[in-house]
Amino acid sequence: MARIIVVTSGKGGVGKTTTSASISTGLARRGHKTVVIDFDVGLRNLDLIMNCERRVVYDFVNVIQGDASLNQALIRDKRVDTLYILPASQTREKEALTKEGVEKVINELSETFDYIVCDSPAGIEHGALMALYYADEAIVVTNPEVSSVRDSDRILGILQSKSRRAEMGQDPVKEHLLLTRYNPDRVEKGEMLSVADVEEILAIPLLGVIPESQVVLNASNQGTPVILEDQSDAGQAYDDAVARLLGEEREHRFMSSQKKGFFARMFKG
Amino acid sequence: MTDALQANDRPAFQLKGTTVSLTALELAYFDEESFEAALREKIRQAPGFFRNIPILISLDHYQGPTAELDFFKLLGICRRHDIHVVGVRGGDEDQRRLARHAAIAVLPGSGQNDRPSSPEKGPETGPAAESGTDAPNAESTPANPAPARIVSQPVRSGQQVYAPEGDLIILAPVQAGAEVLAAGNIHVYGPLRGRALAGVHGQEEARVFCQSLEAELVSIAGHYKISEDLQERGWKAPVQIQLRDDLLVVTPLDRSPG
Repeated sequence: MARIIVVTSGKGGVGKTTTSASISTGLARRGHKTVVIDFDVGLRNLDLIMNCERRVVYDFVNVIQGDASLNQALIRDKRVDTLYILPASQTREKEALTKEGVEKVINELSETFDYIVCDSPAGIEHGALMALYYADEAIVVTNPEVSSVRDSDRILGILQSKSRRAEMGQDPVKEHLLLTRYNPDRVEKGEMLSVADVEEILAIPLLGVIPESQVVLNASNQGTPVILEDQSDAGQAYDDAVARLLGEEREHRFMSSQKKGFFARMFKG
Repeated sequence: MTDALQANDRPAFQLKGTTVSLTALELAYFDEESFEAALREKIRQAPGFFRNIPILISLDHYQGPTAELDFFKLLGICRRHDIHVVGVRGGDEDQRRLARHAAIAVLPGSGQNDRPSSPEKGPETGPAAESGTDAPNAESTPANPAPARIVSQPVRSGQQVYAPEGDLIILAPVQAGAEVLAAGNIHVYGPLRGRALAGVHGQEEARVFCQSLEAELVSIAGHYKISEDLQERGWKAPVQIQLRDDLLVVTPLDRSPG
């Protein structure tokens, strides 16, 4: 039985797709057979970030509607061979994602995969509800600012009331907070909420803090999940998050501003 | 001898007098459109309060012609908005007859404005609820307090928790954008960041208690204060809020006695 993980946020532009790409790559890199599904019908991005947009033939909606088999639609990642991508349709309507159709696809994937990562679209509309409905765990991606925190809170409420686990009265969806675009310098200046602030408001366990970094943008543009940038702080932070997701204890890093040493200041100006 | 044994041991039911606090809808006149419009407006103001609420139609202040009193239409409108009419109170004999035709329980009037069209007043006790005045004294047991509703999960933005009868106790934060409502008191053992409406049936003694006052709105029996007006006293501190002379008063809780 696969673990189904939804990456969601409510708010757009906080880093859901970046996170989906990195978390799924990280899980696969540790030997778990993983598939990542793009639920953002009409605004597909995941294939770009995973650098497989030129290999998309069939998509999620084709599979739901029976026009293609799962094997025809799944794209195998070229870097990590236990990772597969199920791209979203760019041309269909969101309503093409029916509850029954999504369930059929997820059940079929469950038979062969260890992890199913669902990349949710922004908002709390149909696509987002479908992405979270079958989830066992949720990674709630939040930026350290008030509106993002509010939207995350809203999504947490929906997870508690509208997911399959909630409707069936099963154990609740396991919630994880992933704080992205974190800039300790700006937190110190009072321009951003701190980790403690966000944790206090949302009251769910912290999975990781991803520092704001140019590397993330560069990696996205090049079609590389940032977790593969092993030298970067953002890449390492995602790797820590994956380790914690798998139950490892890892200390949180990148939460305080790096004090530049005397020499660094002298030579870098 | 199917159920005989069981039946001998213990009676299937007992009849007891009970007092139920209900919301009464004081009908002034009935016009399908204006009734529905007014209802919709009320619901818009407090959607959680009205969801599946039992309601009593009071005819004590009914001014319109009896002929216009179409209970079937009225029931239909209420049902469309998830409001359950449990009975009709007051009104004259003709109006009561109309209510009975629509299969609505007819309860005794509230007293002062009861207008029987015929001198003798029939014992028209509905089976559903006894409201106040004429409750039978035969077996008057002290009314049990309505059970409190206890919530231990955070109430998240967009969620609503409603205790229609008694107190509401929340052992977690009430987040911004969330709404908690109770007929009685509201206790929040955590920060109150959303909206809290206590005494929604008009109970003016109701209070709101919280460990940190950060609310968007606090209301007691319809008297409310918004966040802006709550800043001066007890903001982000443990407080209780109560109604005194139609004014919401915030009192810090951390003052130790003596």
